[in-house]
Amino acid sequence: MTTDDVTGDNLLEVADLRVSFPGRGWRAPAADVLNGVSLAVRPGETLGLVGGSGSGKTTLGRAILGLVPVRSGTVTFAGERIERATARRRRELSRDLQVVFQDPYTSLNPSLTIGDTLAEPLLAQGVPAAEARRRVGGLLDRVRLPPDAADRLPREFSGGQRQRVAIARALALDPKLIVCDEPVSALDLTTQRTVLDLFLEIQERTGVSYLFVSHDLAVIRFVSHRVAVLRRGAIVETGDTAEVTERPAHPYTRSLMLAAPVADVAWQRERREAFERSAYRENSSAERK
Amino acid sequence: MNARRVARRVLRNPLGLVPAVVLALIVLAVLCAPLLSPQGPAVASLRDSFGGPTGGHPLGFDSAGRDVLARLLHGGRNTLGGALLALAVALVVGVPSGLVAGYRGGRFDAAASWTANLVMALPAMVVLLASRAILGPTVWVLMVVLGVLIAPSFFRLVRGTVAGVRNELYVDAARVSGLRDARIVARHVLVVVRAPVIVQTALVAGIAIGLQAGLEFLGIGSGDTPTWGAMLNEAFANIQRAPAMMVWPGLALGLTSASLVLLAAALRDALEGRGADPVRRRRPATASTASTAPAGDGGDRAGLLSVRDLAVSYLLPDGTVREVVRGVDLDVREGEIVGLVGESGSGKTQTAFSILGILPEGGHVSRGSVTVDGREVVGLPERGHRALRGTVVAYVPQEPMSNLDPSFTIGAQLTEPMRYKLGISRAEARRRALDLLRQVEIADPERVLASYPHQISGGMAQRVLIAGAMSCDPRLLVADEPTTALDVMVQAEVLGLLRRLQRERGLGVLLVTHNLGVVADVCDRVAVMHEGRVVETGTAERVLHDPREPYTRTLLDAVLDQVPARPPLKGRTP
Repeated sequence: MTTDDVTGDNLLEVADLRVSFPGRGWRAPAADVLNGVSLAVRPGETLGLVGGSGSGKTTLGRAILGLVPVRSGTVTFAGERIERATARRRRELSRDLQVVFQDPYTSLNPSLTIGDTLAEPLLAQGVPAAEARRRVGGLLDRVRLPPDAADRLPREFSGGQRQRVAIARALALDPKLIVCDEPVSALDLTTQRTVLDLFLEIQERTGVSYLFVSHDLAVIRFVSHRVAVLRRGAIVETGDTAEVTERPAHPYTRSLMLAAPVADVAWQRERREAFERSAYRENSSAERK
Repeated sequence: MNARRVARRVLRNPLGLVPAVVLALIVLAVLCAPLLSPQGPAVASLRDSFGGPTGGHPLGFDSAGRDVLARLLHGGRNTLGGALLALAVALVVGVPSGLVAGYRGGRFDAAASWTANLVMALPAMVVLLASRAILGPTVWVLMVVLGVLIAPSFFRLVRGTVAGVRNELYVDAARVSGLRDARIVARHVLVVVRAPVIVQTALVAGIAIGLQAGLEFLGIGSGDTPTWGAMLNEAFANIQRAPAMMVWPGLALGLTSASLVLLAAALRDALEGRGADPVRRRRPATASTASTAPAGDGGDRAGLLSVRDLAVSYLLPDGTVREVVRGVDLDVREGEIVGLVGESGSGKTQTAFSILGILPEGGHVSRGSVTVDGREVVGLPERGHRALRGTVVAYVPQEPMSNLDPSFTIGAQLTEPMRYKLGISRAEARRRALDLLRQVEIADPERVLASYPHQISGGMAQRVLIAGAMSCDPRLLVADEPTTALDVMVQAEVLGLLRRLQRERGLGVLLVTHNLGVVADVCDRVAVMHEGRVVETGTAERVLHDPREPYTRTLLDAVLDQVPARPPLKGRTP
């Protein structure tokens, strides 16, 4: 297991990050969601973040974006500490730090046209309206949507097309890092593949980095240069994708790999038997939520 | 933006058109009061007191010999104007505070909610009486007080709506896009609040008019301004002598209030996109006619579940019919797990729903035959389906959590159907429930039985639902994406459970899924659906290894299992 290679030229560095949500009820103890997470993303790199539900992977992305408060630890982006950035600084950071959410149905405002949605970040950064409108056309082209999409409403588009719009919105300001929170898990298999190809193509062209959150190992293997495995708010393993997914060092990672079914009857039978043998069965039925 | 469409929908609805016209006429008449009145509202001639209608005075005269029509029209100005003032105050106080409280939360929210609750708890009439004593008998001042009193209804409405929107992903996305809060509220939040506020405004206007008239009727307003309430008061004083005087102000108040309430309802229907679209009323040509087609032509049909040439159609609001399932053939035998695979919109869930007889409103089986355990279920009345469900065919849904009622314990939800279906005692049902939970590999069944749904994990909830589905010993299980909402590890365990139930009980399972890995894991046979048709059927092994249809091949090509891992980034940094 390689330790996280935190070097001087990382684009994003997260060190010992802790996030807790207030407990429910009077004086209820706070629930710790992240217990000291450290990771680093280099420019142009995709770091895949994989883990089961409740492992804290979505929260980690949201903490980096400033959407949930950080209890302790640091988030360093392009050499600047941003874990407690002011609202004004956050607005400026949006040029460089963007997001694509999981659900393409709720991440677009149903009452705004695609053009309005895409122009929004541009206008917020002070781009003149005419210029913004021109750039919207270019953005639609980059995600392979027809130019007349700008005048239409989200409900006229399929899930895959909406996710392209969400990607275009993230690209509008030419960011350095995009946090991708399960961006393809709501999509159909064939659509998923084309959207993933689009993510890779954009990265080749622009050199953007991705923090790519997913529960699907096959997806993670396809897009990530490196992988971090998150479990109960802590990273159990980090390393190059082939290393972690083919020769996992941690038993949890091994079980996670074996649990994902593959579309091949004989191979899946082998994997299933291996999963049932694996020492690290997360006996979820004994676990209370 | 779509205000014109909403207006058109309201006016097309007779329950919206009539009140809108009535209100418009009332407002118009009241605005034109000086032109329409035969004389000033205060002009009195005692000679005419209680005088009946004459040529120039169609509604006659009141006790002081004032023209009733003139008083009605001028009184309407004050009554409606007063209500309008109260409404404006309520909106100005309630909406912005609700926006801030809902969007920001925190201390302002706590303080504002507390204040709103306090104001709501105050009896409006008593406060109005007190404020009249302190502030004097001016209608307008009282209306401002009334506005403050009804502001909490707007506050609570707006706050609730905004708090819901605040958690929408598009608001988060706007924040990450670098928008200021004020701009986010203006662009993303106000739109959502607009519709409910409009509806509420119409309702509250009716209430404000009623309260205002009530005050005047009690004689609390200023005596010399004509209002509808004051007219009622005067008529009431003379009810023995001229009972007909009640009619006009009463009618004006009643018509206005009723119109406002009806208009509010029509607005709500139009804004929420529901209500009586005339086309939907027509009953679709139900399958009972179609199902008379002989079912026996399909060759040898499986005993447990057999679907032949099934078609499901939806009647769209514009009157057209859309076929979402077009001629599906499918068989499930005892002890067999059959996968029904397809992408969204392929019709796989619709097929499963028609087997269970739970197609949503507007959808119906337009053709074909479905037999469950040898019985034709197409065209079966709901009672017949109910007899089959549970004991012959059972259903496992996709979202375990939303299919458990949060206000009952797991135990109550598991035992209730058994007591109803099997007619067994509470104790016996409980014993069986414990047994079932053990069968679905729940380690601590006693505790789970006593738990509420929020106290258990998603994987456990899905086990509970499978236990519930198995509770009346069905022979066929229809599972619609039963593991999609679950973690991969939990998914592997739940799939293992399905496999065990199939093996040990000879259960037949129709497994609707989009995941080809799940098919490879548990399915004996698989049917691939595309655009409402089954394009390929065969053993799971054959279809996954040697797909014959181009569509199946496309699906398999999109699977990423075999794709090599992406290599690490080359040292691009200088």
